[in-house]
Amino acid sequence: MSSMRKSLAFLLPLAVFLAIAVFLFKGLWLDPREIPSPLIDKPAPDFRLESLEKPGRLVDRKDMLGKVWLLNAWASWCVACREEHPVLIEFARSATIPIIGLNYKDTRVDGMRWLAQFGNPYTTSAYDEAGRVGIDYGVYAVPETFLIDKQGVVRFKQIGPVTPELLREKILPLIQRLNA
Amino acid sequence: MENFAHGVCFRGAALRAATRAVTASLLLALAMTAAMLVPVAAKEAPEVGADPAAERHMMQLASELRCLQCQNQTLADSNAPLAVDLRQQIRELLAKGQTDEQVKSYLVARYGDFVLYRPPLKSNTLVLWFGPALVLLVGLAALFLTLKRRLARLESMASKTQLSEAESQRAQHLLEDEAEEGGLS
Repeated sequence: MSSMRKSLAFLLPLAVFLAIAVFLFKGLWLDPREIPSPLIDKPAPDFRLESLEKPGRLVDRKDMLGKVWLLNAWASWCVACREEHPVLIEFARSATIPIIGLNYKDTRVDGMRWLAQFGNPYTTSAYDEAGRVGIDYGVYAVPETFLIDKQGVVRFKQIGPVTPELLREKILPLIQRLNA
Repeated sequence: MENFAHGVCFRGAALRAATRAVTASLLLALAMTAAMLVPVAAKEAPEVGADPAAERHMMQLASELRCLQCQNQTLADSNAPLAVDLRQQIRELLAKGQTDEQVKSYLVARYGDFVLYRPPLKSNTLVLWFGPALVLLVGLAALFLTLKRRLARLESMASKTQLSEAESQRAQHLLEDEAEEGGLS
């Protein structure tokens, strides 16, 4: 009996230690910047903004109903967007679905220069100068990308650059499923 | 000798020149810091709303909300562009007559519970809320059981060392004998 108690006195702290170690170890790979979006499986917030390229022409979320589409928040001042840009260009070339840009807290001049310099993967870009639509979409760090289905429901959100792996493994299969 | 004196003299002059340069640059730095403080303070001013009471209310609410861009600061503390925008948004919502709860749920709908510094009581936050109390209870139970066990052990030890009547008489004799022997020698 005492040997059992002794081994318990040894094993119990060990078990507690292991449990804590597992959680802390897992925590090393968790990114506190990746906040789960409450928008997933909720209707994408409405917006009606002037387009970046043609002032006066409106980009309306409702026009996208019936299509699966990507909303990509970007800005000319955003370094990570530059890293992401070639991936979007490549994606647009094999265009399965439209990409709408959300030009977030930028100036028209800088935004247009950026598109001229690096290429324009967007069907059009909505010009969100004040960042209000960004707030409605819970954007807090550009680039952010939303996949929105035919009913206008947000199905997926990526915080940070879209990578070729993410496109291949997550976004494209999801598009296929949503288009089916 | 002259060379040496010359060398020393030169070094002295260099030292003096260096001291002058350091003093001058310190003064310059001081002047620049002072100059920088003024425009910064002036730039902050327009952000404050017209009504001080409403502004206090907004800041008090913002101090319970997390800045998404700089996650260890509240919206009230942070000067990140998004925090400035969100403070403006809160200011406008409050001016429209929304309650604190409505403003909070506006932000939660966009950024999730993460914006709240006081997490709500939900099924997935039960461990967060009651975990520490549970750990404390387990600790207290363990302490209680250990103390009880130790007390029982001490008592059983005490009862074992209790001498019977005969034993204590014998011990008495032995002690007395020893005392007599001691007295003889």
